[in-house]
Amino acid sequence: MPELLFREALNQAMTEEMERDEKVFLIGEEVAEYDGAYKVSEGMLARFGEKRVIDTPIAELGFVNIGIGAAMGGLRPIVEVMTFNFAILALDAMVNTAAKARYMSGGQLTVPMVLRGAGGAGGALAAQHSQALESQYTHFPGLKVMMPATPADAKGMLKTAIRDPDPVVFIESEVLYRMKGEVPEGEHLIPMGKGEIKRSGKDVTVIAWSRQMWNLLHMVDDLCEETGLDIELVDPRTLRPLDEELLFDSVRRTHRVVIVEEGHRMNGFGAEISDRIQQHCFDQLDAPVTRVTNLDVPMPYSPPLEEKVLPNRQRIVEALRAVAYLD
Amino acid sequence: MADVVEMIQLSPTMEEGIIVEWLKKEGDAVETGEILAEVETDKATMEMESFFDGTVLKILATAGEAAPIGSAIAIIGEEGEDITDLLAELEGGQGTSAGTGDDSTADEDDAGAKAADADSGDQGAADRPDEGPGDAESKASEAKGRSTRDDGRILSSPLARKIAEEHGLRLEDIEGSGPGGRIIQRDVEAAAREGRRPAATVAAPAAVVDAVAPGEDVPLSNMRKTIARRLGEAWQAPAFMLTREIDMGAAVAFRRQLNDAAAATERGVRISVNDLIVKAAALALLDVPEMNAAYQGDSLRMFSSADIGMAVSVDAGLVTPVVRGAHGKSLGTIARESRALIGKAKDRKLRPDDIEGATFSISNLGMFGIDHFTAVLNPPAAGILAVGQTRRVPVVAEDGTIGAGDRMAVTLTCDHRAVDGVVGARWLQAFAAYLEHPTLLVL
Amino acid sequence: MATRKKKTDARPSDALDQETLLWMYRDMTRQRRMEEGFARSYGMGKIHGFCHLYIGQEAVSTGSTAAIRPDDLVVSAYRIHGQALSRGIAMQAIADELYGRASGCVGGVGGSMHLFDVEKGFLGGWGLVGQQVPMGVGVAFAQKYLDNDRVTLVYMGDGAMQQGAIHEALNYASVWDIPCVFILENNNYGMGTAIERVSAIRPFHQWAAGYNMDHGEFDGMDALATYDAVHTAAERARSTHRPTFLEARCARFRGHSMSDPGKYRSREKLEEEKAQDPIPKLARVLLDRKLATQDELDAIDREAKDEIKEVLKNAEKAEWPAEDTLYRNVYADPS
Repeated sequence: MPELLFREALNQAMTEEMERDEKVFLIGEEVAEYDGAYKVSEGMLARFGEKRVIDTPIAELGFVNIGIGAAMGGLRPIVEVMTFNFAILALDAMVNTAAKARYMSGGQLTVPMVLRGAGGAGGALAAQHSQALESQYTHFPGLKVMMPATPADAKGMLKTAIRDPDPVVFIESEVLYRMKGEVPEGEHLIPMGKGEIKRSGKDVTVIAWSRQMWNLLHMVDDLCEETGLDIELVDPRTLRPLDEELLFDSVRRTHRVVIVEEGHRMNGFGAEISDRIQQHCFDQLDAPVTRVTNLDVPMPYSPPLEEKVLPNRQRIVEALRAVAYLD
Repeated sequence: MADVVEMIQLSPTMEEGIIVEWLKKEGDAVETGEILAEVETDKATMEMESFFDGTVLKILATAGEAAPIGSAIAIIGEEGEDITDLLAELEGGQGTSAGTGDDSTADEDDAGAKAADADSGDQGAADRPDEGPGDAESKASEAKGRSTRDDGRILSSPLARKIAEEHGLRLEDIEGSGPGGRIIQRDVEAAAREGRRPAATVAAPAAVVDAVAPGEDVPLSNMRKTIARRLGEAWQAPAFMLTREIDMGAAVAFRRQLNDAAAATERGVRISVNDLIVKAAALALLDVPEMNAAYQGDSLRMFSSADIGMAVSVDAGLVTPVVRGAHGKSLGTIARESRALIGKAKDRKLRPDDIEGATFSISNLGMFGIDHFTAVLNPPAAGILAVGQTRRVPVVAEDGTIGAGDRMAVTLTCDHRAVDGVVGARWLQAFAAYLEHPTLLVL
Repeated sequence: MATRKKKTDARPSDALDQETLLWMYRDMTRQRRMEEGFARSYGMGKIHGFCHLYIGQEAVSTGSTAAIRPDDLVVSAYRIHGQALSRGIAMQAIADELYGRASGCVGGVGGSMHLFDVEKGFLGGWGLVGQQVPMGVGVAFAQKYLDNDRVTLVYMGDGAMQQGAIHEALNYASVWDIPCVFILENNNYGMGTAIERVSAIRPFHQWAAGYNMDHGEFDGMDALATYDAVHTAAERARSTHRPTFLEARCARFRGHSMSDPGKYRSREKLEEEKAQDPIPKLARVLLDRKLATQDELDAIDREAKDEIKEVLKNAEKAEWPAEDTLYRNVYADPS
C-alpha cells in the first residue's frame, strides 16, 4: 500500500470524488492559487480549473452560506475554512441554516455539503488559533461530525463525507497534516458512524479521536509497559452519529474507561460519551469514567505553558492508574 | 571570524529543509537579506536569506540534500579567511557549532520543565482545577479500609455490586481497596475465591516487613509489580499438580539425528529439547482439547489454537513470550520463533502482543540442573507444565535387566475450576507419547 | 455628503519640529531592525507559531502615531510589532513576548499576534480577520459616552475588507457620530490573494461614501503623508466626533507570515515596492531640510542594530512563565 501524508490523503479523496462527480467542487480561503494554506488542495486548481477550485475572500459567513446555498441548488460543495477558529464566524450558517434546511422544509431542501479545515492546537498559535471546537457542532441535530486520526481514515472518511446527503463537519488536525501512513488506493470508503478498535486490550478502554488518537497510537506500547495494563484504543472516528455499540462492547470487556480529548473540559464531547457509558454500561463499570482534557484555560502562547495545557503523557498515565486502582 | 549558516525554520511545522538550489556559490559576495538558497519545507519552497555580510566560503549542504533545522549548511566570512579550524569543529559533530550554546540552554529548559512536571505530580490530582470538584472530593477522602461512610452507605463500584450479587456475597463482608475504601472488582473476586478455599491457603497480601532484619529495600520494577500481581492472583486459583516421568531416549536420539542432518547439509536450524517439548505440548492440546481452556467466571473459554507461552527469565524478572499456533508449525519454525522471542525478551523488545494470550505455558528449568518442580499458573490458561532436566538413570527393562536410560520429570499444574484430574492425566499421557515416539512430531 | 479632502498647500507636517522628525526616523529604523532580528530568531526556533512581519509598512505606524496624542487609543489586528513599538511598548517587552517569556508585555501568553499595553493606549493584538473593526468602534463609542476627547485609531488590512462586519462597523460609526479614524493598510494582498481577485470595488475608501463618511487615501510609504492624513482626520474626530476612513497604499516587503513563500508576487514587483522604502524617503527629507547629517542618521541605525542585538540576548535569558500563571486572568476573580 502506498504511504501518503495525511494532507495528501485528503487531497486524493477530494480529487477522486471530483473526478467521479462533476457536481463536487472546492471553495475556500487560499485553496486555489496559493495551493492551500496547508497545501491540502495542492495541484487541484491546475487539475480542475477555476470553475471547480475557487478562492474566496476572508469572509467566512459569506462563503459558508454560499456553500450551503449551492448545495441546496443541486451541487456538492466542499467548503474549506483555513481553521475552525475562523469557522466560528460562520457558525450561524451551519447551525441556523445547514442544520435546519432539510427539517424546516419538510425534506424538500437538502444540504449535501462538507465543511472542512484544521481544528485543535497547531503549536504556539495562542488563544484564538488553537481551539478544539467539535462539540460546537455535535450539539446540533442535522449536522454530522467526522474527525480522522490516520491518513487512511482521512481518505476513507472524507470520500464518505462528500457523498453523504447531509451537511458534514469534517475537522482535521493541523499537526497531523504532515504525518505519514499507508493509504489504500482508489475506492476506499469508511462508513459514516463507524468507529474502530485501533488496538485490542483487556484492562482499560481508552477513547480518543483525531490528533489525540494518533498520539496514543504512538505511545500505547510504552503506556502498557509503564502501567502494566493492557490498553484498548477505541476511535469513534465519527462523533455524530456516534458508534455507541463499539464503545459499549469495549467497556463491557474492560470495565474501565479513560477518554482523552483536546478542548475544554466543560461540555466537551467526552462528557457526552461519558454520559452514554454510565447510562448503558452502569453495572459494568469498576471505576468512574475519567477524562483527560485541556486544562480549563484559553491556550497560552508560550510553548512550555502550552505543553501543560494539552493532554500529556503524565496526565494520561495518572488517569490510567486511577481507573485501574494502581497505587 | 566566519559565520556558520544554519538551516533555519521556515515554517512552524518544518523539521528539515531540502536545499532546492543555491543562488550563491562559493566565492560569491553576499549581503544581509540577500537570498542564499531556495529551500523546500514541509509546506512550500521558500527563499532563505543571509543573516550575514561577506563571502560564501564553503557550501556544506549540496542541492537536493535534506538538512535538519540547526545544521550547518554553509560558511560566510571574509574572502580568503582560514576556516579550517571551523570546519574541523563542525566535522567533530554539529554540537560544537554556533548552535551549541542554544542547544544546552534548551536542554536545561527541558530539565526544568520535567522537574516542574514531577513537582506538580507530587501535589496530587486533587488541586488540578480541570478535574472538577467531584474528583477532588473523592480523592480528598482517599483512604483504604472499611467501605462504610458515616451515613452507613457502602462504597462500591457498580461492577463490584453486580459480581457480588452473582456470587451471593454481602458487601458488608468485603473489604474495599479502592479510593475511600470503595469495593471494586478485585475485592469481590478475592472474596468469592476466599469463600471456596480453606483459609490457610489464601494468598497473603503483600506484607510489609517490619524492620526486623537489616537490609536494603529495592523498589519494584514495573515488570516485578506485574508479576507480583498476576501470580498473586493466580495463586488463589484452586490448583492441583500431576507429575510423571517420560522416557526421553528416543527424543534425544531423534534430536541428534535432526541436528546432525542440519549441520551436514548446512540447512535447517538447530532444534533444542525445548522445541520438541513445545511441539509435543501443542499436539497434546489438540488431542485433549479440554486442557486448552480458561476459566472466565461464568463460562469456560475453549481455545481453538495452541498458543504456547514459554517462561523466560530476564534481568528484570520473568516474561512469557508466546509461540502462536504451535500445533501447526514445524519444529524448524518453532525453533526459529522461540529463539527470536527469547532474544527480544533479553533485549526488552517484546511487544504486548508477543506475550499476551498464551493458552498453555511451559516453564523449563532443566538447564539449571533442576530435576523436578511445580509451576504457578499463568492466567488465564488452565495449565502450565514444569519441566525438569533429562537425566541418565538406571532403568529396569521389560526383560528385567538393568540398563541406562534418559528420563525427564514433568509436573502439570491445572486450574481445577477449568479442568479435572483425569483431563490432566490424559493430556500428560498424550504429551509423553509424542516425546517417546518423536517421529510423530514431524507428521 | 462625503467629500474627499482636497490637499491645500499648507500641510500639517510642515509644522513638525526637528525633534519629532528625528523621533519618526528613529522609530521607523527601530521597527525595521527589530523585525529583522525577529525574522532571524524565528529561523532559529526561538520564536514560535505565527509571526507576521510589518517590514515595509513602518511609515503608517510612525506617521499615524505621531499624529495623535499619547492618551488616544489604538486598536489593531495581528501584524502589530511595529505599531506596538511606535506606541511606546518597550522593545524588550515585545521581544520577550515573542520568545514566550514571563517578562513579555502580556507575560508570554500572547505571542506575536497578541501584544497589548492598555496604559500606553494599545488595545491589541487581535487574530480573527476584521474582528477588531466593530470592536474598535465600540472603544471609540465609550470615549464619547464618557465625554472625553480621546480619539481611537482602528487599523485593519485589506484582507479584512471583505468581512461583512466591516460594513456594519462603518455604518454604526457614521450614524452614531463615533470619534474614530479607520486606517486601512492596503498592501495589495490578503494573505496570498491579490485584492483585485476578491474585491469588486477599489479603492476601498470609496466604500465609506456609501455610509456618508469622510474618506481618502494617502501614500502609506511616506511617514509625512501619513501624518498629514491622520492628523486631519483625528482632529476632525476630536472636534466633531465624525469618523473618517483612510486608505494607506503600502507594501509589505515580506510574506504574509514566516511560512509564506510569496509566490503570488513577482520579484520585479517586489523590487519596485522596495524602491519606495519609507525609511530612506524620510532620511532625504531630514537631509534636505538640514535637520540631520548622514553621520547622525547612520548613528541612529547603528544604535537600533545594537539595541535589538542586546534585546534578543536578554530575551534568550529571560524566565519562562511559571505554571501557576496559567490560571491567571481567565476571570477577574480566580476562584
